[in-house]
Amino acid sequence: MMFRVEVDNIKKNYGATEALRGVSMRVSEGEIFGVIGPDGAGKTSLFRILTTLILPDGGSAKVMGKDIVADYKQIRPIVGYMPGRFSLYQDLSVEENIDFFATLFGTTLQENYSLVEEIYSQIEPFRKRKAGALSGGMKQKLALCCALIHRPQVLFLDEPTTGVDPVSRKEFWYMLRRLKEQGLAIIVSTPYMDEATLCDRIALIRGGKFLKTETPQQIIADFDHPLFAVKASSMSPLLRQIRQIPQVLSCFAFGDTHHIVLKDKGIDSLQGKELLSTELERRGFTDVHINDIAPNIEDCYMYLETLNS
Amino acid sequence: MIKYLIEKEFKQLWRNKFIISLIIILPCLVMLVFPWTTTMEIKNLNITVVDYDRSPVSAQLLNKLSSTEYFNFTGLASNYSEALQHIESGRSDIVLEIPASFETDLTNSRSSSIMIAANAVNETKANLGTSYLTAILADFASQFGGEVPVNISVESSYRFNSTMDYKIPMIPSLIVLIITLIVGFLPSMNIVIEKENGTIEQINVTPVPKYSFILGKLIPYWIIGVVVLTLSLVVSYLMYSLPPQGSLILLYGISIFYILGISALGLIISNYSTIMQQAMFTIFFVIIIFILMSGILTPISSMPQWAQSIASVNPLTYFSEIMRMIYLKGSSFPDLIPYIKPLFVFFVFIITWAILSYKKRG
Repeated sequence: MMFRVEVDNIKKNYGATEALRGVSMRVSEGEIFGVIGPDGAGKTSLFRILTTLILPDGGSAKVMGKDIVADYKQIRPIVGYMPGRFSLYQDLSVEENIDFFATLFGTTLQENYSLVEEIYSQIEPFRKRKAGALSGGMKQKLALCCALIHRPQVLFLDEPTTGVDPVSRKEFWYMLRRLKEQGLAIIVSTPYMDEATLCDRIALIRGGKFLKTETPQQIIADFDHPLFAVKASSMSPLLRQIRQIPQVLSCFAFGDTHHIVLKDKGIDSLQGKELLSTELERRGFTDVHINDIAPNIEDCYMYLETLNS
Repeated sequence: MIKYLIEKEFKQLWRNKFIISLIIILPCLVMLVFPWTTTMEIKNLNITVVDYDRSPVSAQLLNKLSSTEYFNFTGLASNYSEALQHIESGRSDIVLEIPASFETDLTNSRSSSIMIAANAVNETKANLGTSYLTAILADFASQFGGEVPVNISVESSYRFNSTMDYKIPMIPSLIVLIITLIVGFLPSMNIVIEKENGTIEQINVTPVPKYSFILGKLIPYWIIGVVVLTLSLVVSYLMYSLPPQGSLILLYGISIFYILGISALGLIISNYSTIMQQAMFTIFFVIIIFILMSGILTPISSMPQWAQSIASVNPLTYFSEIMRMIYLKGSSFPDLIPYIKPLFVFFVFIITWAILSYKKRG
């Protein structure tokens, strides 16, 4: 079976900084592949290598069976790239931007209208407006439209939902699902863990390395440690004290609670609660609320990060 | 493909009201104002006269002096030291001392001596003032059939600017300056702005070949350069009734190469820069050196040897010389070949460099 994107042990350094330290992945047709990780994890470098904008320092990668170094000229017409920053011409109107990029790819809006119709119809009322005067959500739709205008086989979206309101984010993911149905391979990066479950498969990236590549469901299912959420009136001394407890593997602030992972996988929820409440009472916390919870992707990310550091 | 790239550049340019007004106003303003201010001619020199003679003849001489536009009388002094005080206080630039025997000497022996003292703090002013004054005195003396001893006797003939009107030789030089400024600065901002806005990334992932991209950037500036040239020519013709003496086709033909070369230089700087300030100061630096070392402001032959070698690789040296030759002397193509050759070498070199320096991948 041929993969749309095959990446083998890609490395990239910027001087002494290792941005990517050997990354491998496979992406198939009709798949949304998420690269999930914080800023500075190497997401953008990976995208820029795969879209032939920069050269890797090691490893190899193929897009549609074409080598990203040797056959870069053949890759450019078949990939769509939407950079993290809005990078269309702000002083050109919506339709001028679309026409311009269509022409550079030797095509027209009409020719590929079926692919972009759904997105274009939303920005069409503003087609005479300058791109710089659009709202954040509209800009993002225009950028997606321009990235799709030449009917690419693989779509690279670098943090497409950063700085976009929750409603637009939801709409955006809906659009990605529709594009996937048309057979596109979509590689999307995001720092938002809640978007991970919207992908078919995800790679958790940290410090230029993939911690794990799996379906989000499987990543959650693989989490086999007891997990608890703890709340008290004084949260920051609580965090410090919990980390002192020898049975605790890791503890992180998570919204208004702290999530605690215990080392012993055999402990059930009652035993765990018991253990934590006695330990915390001994350390002077009397108003502690402890609940056992189901892990989400962020818990898995934090856990894997702890294992790897 | 190139057509659409150019179309896009023009759309963006057209929406930038500042650049459009710069392209139109700068040449007009420079052509209207600067020929008057950059003149080398000295007028309105302040003169103090010490007249010991006080005769009808000396009065006649003073009359003659004040009728020229070169001198302003700032007063009569009763003796030389008082006149010197005028110079010290800055009221006067030059002192003319007429001896008591002036009338008698001139009518009897047909010769007299007059003293001229000039403030040489501004050397050009002093030299020119002295020679103007000497010329006027000689002319005056000849009316009496006599001679005023002239120490410096320079026989000059100004063949291509017979009236020694300094506005005229400035015009081709100013045209060269305007073109260099506009088509040097604007392209140097162009690619770096696309880098700052991130739009270059979007272009780089398209299959556009780099020569198309660079030509798509160059041609708009080329057109702007021709517009600026035409505007300058029209304004200088209307203002100073000075059409180029040589062939217009030749003038345009050579300018077209120069404009392309200079805009390519701007693009190269833009290619290597990461932020706008960097591009701006680099082009500023380069253009200042080009102008100072081109012979436009000071003659190359009076520069030290090392500076002359820099001037000899400066495209502006050749282009300004060509412009002056066509404009003032009406030189034809064969006369210009020694200047066109280096300009053409520069052109080929710089265009190749511009295309090569643009990298679609890092």
